[in-house]
Amino acid sequence: MSSDVLVRGLRRVGAGTLVFVTRLGFATRFFFAVLYHTPSAIRRLQLTLREIYFTGVLSLVIILVSGLFVGMVLALQGVEVLDRYGANESLGIVVALSLVRELGPVVAGLLFASRAGSAVTAEIGLMKATDQLAAMEMMAVDPLARVVAPRFWGGVISMPLLAALFSTMGVFGAYLVGVRLIGIDAGAFWGNMQAAVDFRTDIVNGVIKSVVFGVIVSLFAVFEGYDAQPTAEGVSSATTRTVVGSSLAILGADFILTVFMFRGIGL
Amino acid sequence: MNRATIDLWVGIFVTIGLGALAFLSLKVGNLLTTQSAPSYRLEARFDNVAGLKPRAPVKAAGVVVGRVESIRLDPKTYEAVVSMRVDDGYGFSRDTIASVLTSGLLGEVYVGLDAGGDPKLLTDGGMIAKTQSAVIIERLISQFLFDKAQAPAK
Repeated sequence: MSSDVLVRGLRRVGAGTLVFVTRLGFATRFFFAVLYHTPSAIRRLQLTLREIYFTGVLSLVIILVSGLFVGMVLALQGVEVLDRYGANESLGIVVALSLVRELGPVVAGLLFASRAGSAVTAEIGLMKATDQLAAMEMMAVDPLARVVAPRFWGGVISMPLLAALFSTMGVFGAYLVGVRLIGIDAGAFWGNMQAAVDFRTDIVNGVIKSVVFGVIVSLFAVFEGYDAQPTAEGVSSATTRTVVGSSLAILGADFILTVFMFRGIGL
Repeated sequence: MNRATIDLWVGIFVTIGLGALAFLSLKVGNLLTTQSAPSYRLEARFDNVAGLKPRAPVKAAGVVVGRVESIRLDPKTYEAVVSMRVDDGYGFSRDTIASVLTSGLLGEVYVGLDAGGDPKLLTDGGMIAKTQSAVIIERLISQFLFDKAQAPAK
């Protein structure tokens, strides 16, 4: 009796592993297939621009507002601690480094996953559920080239720009709170920031991070949509998987990238 | 949503996104002033560089003239060898004194250069002969207490 339960449990673990490995392999092949269709995303530039509009431009409001508020809160909390050591002037360093290195790419990536990634998954999933993808294939139009590649590249292009806007708004928010509200000297705020932030190690690495997160979110979004069960339930669970999966992947990738970028291992 | 409107919005989005990147590079990262000037390398040996880090400023008379490039330990003499890059525009005489200083009590550690009177200047790869090590406050305090204890009570 108890061995029966054990066997059933092991069977479930085995089945889960097989499904995971199969999907991972499928996702990898899918990724290369999308890369292979990159030229068609460039040739049909209008489609890619449309996707930049839907994923990038329409995410602007949430990115700009969140960036501003994250910067303002960082400034308030940073001053709280720095004031104890009489180091208020270092506020610019704290805010700029944490935004440019970490918060800009990561928080913008998480917001991007929930704002744009989920929409892309739902769209592609519904296209599949309503047989639009099959209809395209019937008309000898490759859905990977016509639907998936423009959405993928639209996301990859939008993400670094959104992360840069997030960081900029954050620095601006910190300036508003720190300099205008609390009264830190503006010259010390900018001067210390400029002395501490390095172009190569901080800003370039931040941009690299945001590009990587853009690839992660976009790949999750198009893959989950394309792989969704063609039912209402399947599309909804695919959308959930996009948001949860790409958010976790962003956090994991961020840790690995940070280890390599800022702990002196490689790069 | 027609094509012209989408083009316009994407154009605005890409422009302000690139503008934000430019802002971060120029205003926050200060790309122009940190990367442009050509520089030459100087080395100095210190008994102790406590707290000095690569990329710390090198200052003369309080003005930043360069950056510390690397710090390593000479395995034979157990001295710290600090190599720094100084902007080409500034020449320093060969009897320049380099010292490891701290701005304020808790501030950043930097290398201070006090120019001497020798008309010959240090060249690329030159070694600063006269150095003054970092002042370690713990040692100062213990020395002070030790002296107090030694002094005859009055």
